[in-house]
Amino acid sequence: MTELKRGTYPAMLKDPFADAVTQPFWDAALQDKLVAPKCVHCGTFVLTPQPFCFNCQGQGFDWVELPGTGTIYTFTVVRHPLAPALAEVVPYVSGIIELDGTQGAGARMMLNITGCDPAAVRVGDKVEIWFDKVSDTYSMPRARPLAV
Amino acid sequence: MTLRDKTAVVGIGATPYYRRGESLPQTELELACKAILAALDDAGLTVRDLDGFTIYSSSCDPAQVASVLGVPEVRFAATLTSGGGGAAGSLGLAAAAITSGQAEVCVTLMTLQQAKRRLGGTAVGGGAPGLSGGSSPYGAGGVPNYAAFISGAGLVAPGHSFALLTRRHMELYGTKREHLAEVAISQRENAIRRPTALRRDPLTLDDYFNARMIADPLCLYDFTMESDGAVAAVVTSAERARDLRHPPVYIAGSAHGGMGRWGSAIFTYFQMPDEYFASSGNRPVAKRMYEMAGMGPQDVDVALLYDHFSPLVIMQLEDYGFCPVGEGGPFVADGNIRWKGGSIPVNTHGGHLSEAYIIGMTHIREAVEQLRGTAVNQVDGAEVALVTGGPSGLPVSGTLLRR
Repeated sequence: MTELKRGTYPAMLKDPFADAVTQPFWDAALQDKLVAPKCVHCGTFVLTPQPFCFNCQGQGFDWVELPGTGTIYTFTVVRHPLAPALAEVVPYVSGIIELDGTQGAGARMMLNITGCDPAAVRVGDKVEIWFDKVSDTYSMPRARPLAV
Repeated sequence: MTLRDKTAVVGIGATPYYRRGESLPQTELELACKAILAALDDAGLTVRDLDGFTIYSSSCDPAQVASVLGVPEVRFAATLTSGGGGAAGSLGLAAAAITSGQAEVCVTLMTLQQAKRRLGGTAVGGGAPGLSGGSSPYGAGGVPNYAAFISGAGLVAPGHSFALLTRRHMELYGTKREHLAEVAISQRENAIRRPTALRRDPLTLDDYFNARMIADPLCLYDFTMESDGAVAAVVTSAERARDLRHPPVYIAGSAHGGMGRWGSAIFTYFQMPDEYFASSGNRPVAKRMYEMAGMGPQDVDVALLYDHFSPLVIMQLEDYGFCPVGEGGPFVADGNIRWKGGSIPVNTHGGHLSEAYIIGMTHIREAVEQLRGTAVNQVDGAEVALVTGGPSGLPVSGTLLRR
């Protein structure tokens, strides 16, 4: 674990362990860009990236840059540390984010939501995705409240 | 061809239930064999009659159990895939094996010892449960390609996942913590009278609201406990069942599975369509189970609902049709799941929340006791019991038993 900060779940991996299916996401992340694979046959977004489209069973995706914003679909405030070191991290907020520019279900992301007041977070809040540079190969996505 | 009433549960056996780690120095295998022998004896059968293993969650290795116990010949050995979701469905697997003529006497089983391996625990170091290479022993191994997408979320334990479903249910339908409390408190009331229960102290609403919050909105009392022990059930044909020690408990209907895009549902997925995200995933299973049995929710006298987390009891009440979707919270608040006076008594044994957590098998045991008329918290005149498995990754399952 790296530096521990309240509300920010520490990065557990130092590399995205990418394969051919996921590498474009991580290449873009290193440029602070949120991209997602869009089925060339039916236009469905599929995250995490998969070898097939769940809607039309097609193979072949275009990598499309998304607005980088989204909405909190559901979340939890984790208050109990599951490892001693996490006592310095709790409470942290994590949830499921529906990404703007996608159809929602099928392209949601599970993210830590940083920089928020755990008591004030609500379903439906707008967030933006940001990338936490963990290593030269891995910029890890997180969310934070979207300034309005 | 239907499985309806073709087979019956004829024997139930169990070890004592233990708090996590307290079943040592016995081994998981020893616990399993004790439960199987007790279940066969309860039925009036012996190891010489046993020829099938119909399990879930790969709860034991039939090769090992059969050789240790000296089973003469194994004619059927299969497990439902995934985890506790298959608990109730394993009875349907037994019914399928027997009705198709492949085996005559099948055992379903869970054996659990958590001294070294904690189901409710976490892989903090690796990110999330299941992140160390998937479930297939033939996989490539290593860190799977989705890990980097989700490990930073810190959603690493079952309670975190179910908190997400619960929050969504609250947002859509106005479900409240008071509703979750009623599930925990009503089941504790049932456990207080049951000698096998591990948690028998009274639980008040104040206790509930003063308990530590684990993963908001889930507090300590919304979580199951960590237990050790083994429970086994023996199934045979209806014809053979009529000559055995106890009145048969017929398998009237059983189904497992779920919507494909429920998928693994929790831990790593969360891509379920809106219409059933905030559910137990059991709705399609309930439909097929009721159709097979020729029954509906109005026919069920007692419901043994898989309760690793209290809100999932509410969601299953909806998915199995005891109340409309979204009305589970007010439904429990009105006293409907109470043993005394409830329209559908739920988890009369105390459930996983208060009796013991043997991954669904304690529910099968309670269903059989209710239908034999020997339950501690007997529902008067109970004729039909519902048992469920899950909510978890596919398959989830449900079985209707009748006397």
